[in-house]
Amino acid sequence: MKKKNLLFSSATTVLAITISLVIALVIILCVSEQPGQAVTALLLGPLRSTRLIGSIFTTAIPICFTGLAVCLMFQASMFNMCAEGSFFLGALAAAAFATKVPLPGILGLAGPMLVGAAAGALLCLVPAWLKAKLNASEMVASLMLNYIALYLGLYVLNTYLRDQSFGALASEKLPDSSKLDKIIPGTSIHSGIFLAIFFIVLCFLLLYKTSLGHKIRTYGQNPRFTKYAGIKVGSVIILSQVLGGAIAGIGGSVEVMGMYERFQWTSLPGYGWDGVILAILARNKPQYVPLAAIFLSYLRVGASTMASNTDVPKELITVIQAIMIMLITATALLKGMKQKMVIKEALSSGTDS
Amino acid sequence: MTDHEQVTPILEMRQISKVYGNGVYANQQVSLSVNRGEIHALVGENGAGKSTLMKILFGMEKPDQGEIVLEGKTVTFRSPQDAIARGIGMVHQHFKLVDSLSVTENVTMGYEPVKRGFIDRKTAKEKVSKIAELFELQDELDTATGKLPVGIKQKVEIIKALYRGAQILILDEPTAVLTPQETEELFDQLMKLKSRGYTVIFISHKLREVKQISNRISIMRQGKMIDTVDTDGITEQEISSRMVGTNYSKNLAKKAAEPKEVLLQVKNLTAVGMNKKEVVNNVSFSVRAGEITGIAGVEGNGQNELIQMITGLRKIDRGSVCIMGRDTGKLSIQELRELGMSYIPSDRMEDGLAVSMSIGENLISTKLKDRRLYRHHLLSKKKIRDMANQLVRDYRIKCDSQETPVSMLSGGNMQKVVVAREFTQQARLIIAEQPTRGIDVGAAKFIHEELIRLRDENCAVLLVTADLEELYQLSDNILVMYDGRFSAYFPNPDQVSETELGNYMLGVKIQSETEIGRGCHEEEKPAI
Repeated sequence: MKKKNLLFSSATTVLAITISLVIALVIILCVSEQPGQAVTALLLGPLRSTRLIGSIFTTAIPICFTGLAVCLMFQASMFNMCAEGSFFLGALAAAAFATKVPLPGILGLAGPMLVGAAAGALLCLVPAWLKAKLNASEMVASLMLNYIALYLGLYVLNTYLRDQSFGALASEKLPDSSKLDKIIPGTSIHSGIFLAIFFIVLCFLLLYKTSLGHKIRTYGQNPRFTKYAGIKVGSVIILSQVLGGAIAGIGGSVEVMGMYERFQWTSLPGYGWDGVILAILARNKPQYVPLAAIFLSYLRVGASTMASNTDVPKELITVIQAIMIMLITATALLKGMKQKMVIKEALSSGTDS
Repeated sequence: MTDHEQVTPILEMRQISKVYGNGVYANQQVSLSVNRGEIHALVGENGAGKSTLMKILFGMEKPDQGEIVLEGKTVTFRSPQDAIARGIGMVHQHFKLVDSLSVTENVTMGYEPVKRGFIDRKTAKEKVSKIAELFELQDELDTATGKLPVGIKQKVEIIKALYRGAQILILDEPTAVLTPQETEELFDQLMKLKSRGYTVIFISHKLREVKQISNRISIMRQGKMIDTVDTDGITEQEISSRMVGTNYSKNLAKKAAEPKEVLLQVKNLTAVGMNKKEVVNNVSFSVRAGEITGIAGVEGNGQNELIQMITGLRKIDRGSVCIMGRDTGKLSIQELRELGMSYIPSDRMEDGLAVSMSIGENLISTKLKDRRLYRHHLLSKKKIRDMANQLVRDYRIKCDSQETPVSMLSGGNMQKVVVAREFTQQARLIIAEQPTRGIDVGAAKFIHEELIRLRDENCAVLLVTADLEELYQLSDNILVMYDGRFSAYFPNPDQVSETELGNYMLGVKIQSETEIGRGCHEEEKPAI
């Protein structure tokens, strides 16, 4: 039965992906003068060069972090949307620390990351604390907080970090000791990928192998039972959100230290929302996050190649994403088929175990 | 009823099958034939499929196979509205009434008489009044339903069904919530309805009542229809053995209690409800090691709030609770559990389990501090599995494996998961709230035996139950709760008859404070 459930949830995912791709193809056929080329670019484009293959991975790294962060928070059934703000603030805090307090060697990497983690954790703490103490809706609080994070960040950037000699609003250049090394020549893949893998393993162990993880998952499934079982509900809420925020914050610092010369985002980069998409695709299981991240970034890279070579804009990808998420979260999809199969099996075996 | 041969059935359900999403048969080729104007009892253990069959008849569930024939015509019900239109009415175990609305408004809801586009209250009241006379309820039509006692609410439900034109009335375990007195009254009214030509389908597992009221009995077991028999031709014993499948002895071996030191001491405990009313009002009692104290009462008289305060789920407004001599006011639930308190909650799905998680995960939820579950500081799958398998065997939990989600289990097996977890943490004080509600006889007996075993091993057991049979079988002494207070204490259950107990449950009789004070088990007179 457990296997059957897994089969149906993966079948639902595959079906959702297929349907959304088919719809994308139909749209391409309708709007494009060169549909053949566009489709090929979308589906096979990312494999055309090492550089493009590399960018599949570099696109996957930041969303891996936010995906893990959201998994952790959603496992506790807390629909905290602060991963976006945490990622942004994490990146900013890391850049601020790296430019203001340049440290040599490994400290140049660890320092900014820890500060980024703290910034991310702090932001996610707010909705968690409001929920634990005042039972305020974490979703509303976190959505609003993202704007506060953005404008607070921009204020700090503009007032304290701005490089006056640079033409646009950006921080000063990160010192070399605070940059992640490129590890494969000819691609943009940086050593942040090891950190991403490390955190995937860490999140898996945390959720499934520790007492705290058990408490988080139990709380997510049934808060009343958690309380009854003598688990301190408030600390479970707060820890799960703080850890999620910290991971998103580290993700932000890894991104800015791996991909950029300086911090120069002036709007929310959207990785937190991608994290939500990944968590849904991975069904809140950290072990599936890398798979989902690579899939999503493959599509993104495909869409970029399509946009630069044909007349189809890359925004098409958002259509695909939207349909995909809608269908995956539509729990009724395939439910009828599952029920029929269950009935057929029961009628044929004739038992009532 | 000797003329069954000439009577054509008003209703036939033929070869009905219903499979639930987890692959379990709720009904397997069940056929049921009901005659016009009879009271037809549908009996079976919990989980035998009675309620599912009736939900299918009332259009709440769609059968996967089979057909329903009503007065010779095949019918399909897509919703309860279809069933109502065909003259079928159902009174559910949990009433579907809006407490703030009046009796008339509840009865006519959705079927209000209309005049010039507006609800015609006058006609509504007249129409309802005519039916209500049958139940001597015509004076209560404007009362808000929430203010009425349970027995009357049930009558309102019946009136509602009749108002909607029911010819066939389904009653799902109607006596479960009633006192013995209210049950008698209900039976009188059912006989009246019968004499007026109504057909009644009466679901129950209380065989004495079934014998008393019904003309014919259909017996279900494990989703199948076993037989339909004339009530006059079968004894309670025979019905029981066919319900359970074997000749089942309900008798429990139990020696006299040997109470020792007090483990639970409740003093002047008070809980104030939402409307500033004391839902638990200055209650004192104690439970000693080696005894089972039963709390009887009609549901909603403060038992639940009392238990929530003892178990730490609800803030204590006034008074104190001492467990093992320690005041629990400042202790967390975890600390209470570490003191040796364990708790079987009345709502196992909501409070006692995380049903989407596996049996093993549910079993370890209160044992996360137990280092034996860890290897290299991480939870070990193997160690959890070994521990869970052991408990699954010891508590005879029927399942594929300990990885099965709890939601796939039957009610009885779910409750065994709760019990297995709660009874294996060095329990000294066991709070058992409706421990066998809605579970099969086998599992219930198992749980009863476990409770007695733990009592004999010197645990203190506090039992709250609405099931009088359970109360009498297990309790060494009985407290009766009425309107947030105790109305009686009986040091020995044999001293009090069920009818007498009913009087105290309804608050018709109340003992003196000195008599009730004996429940504190103190030498001197308790301070009041």
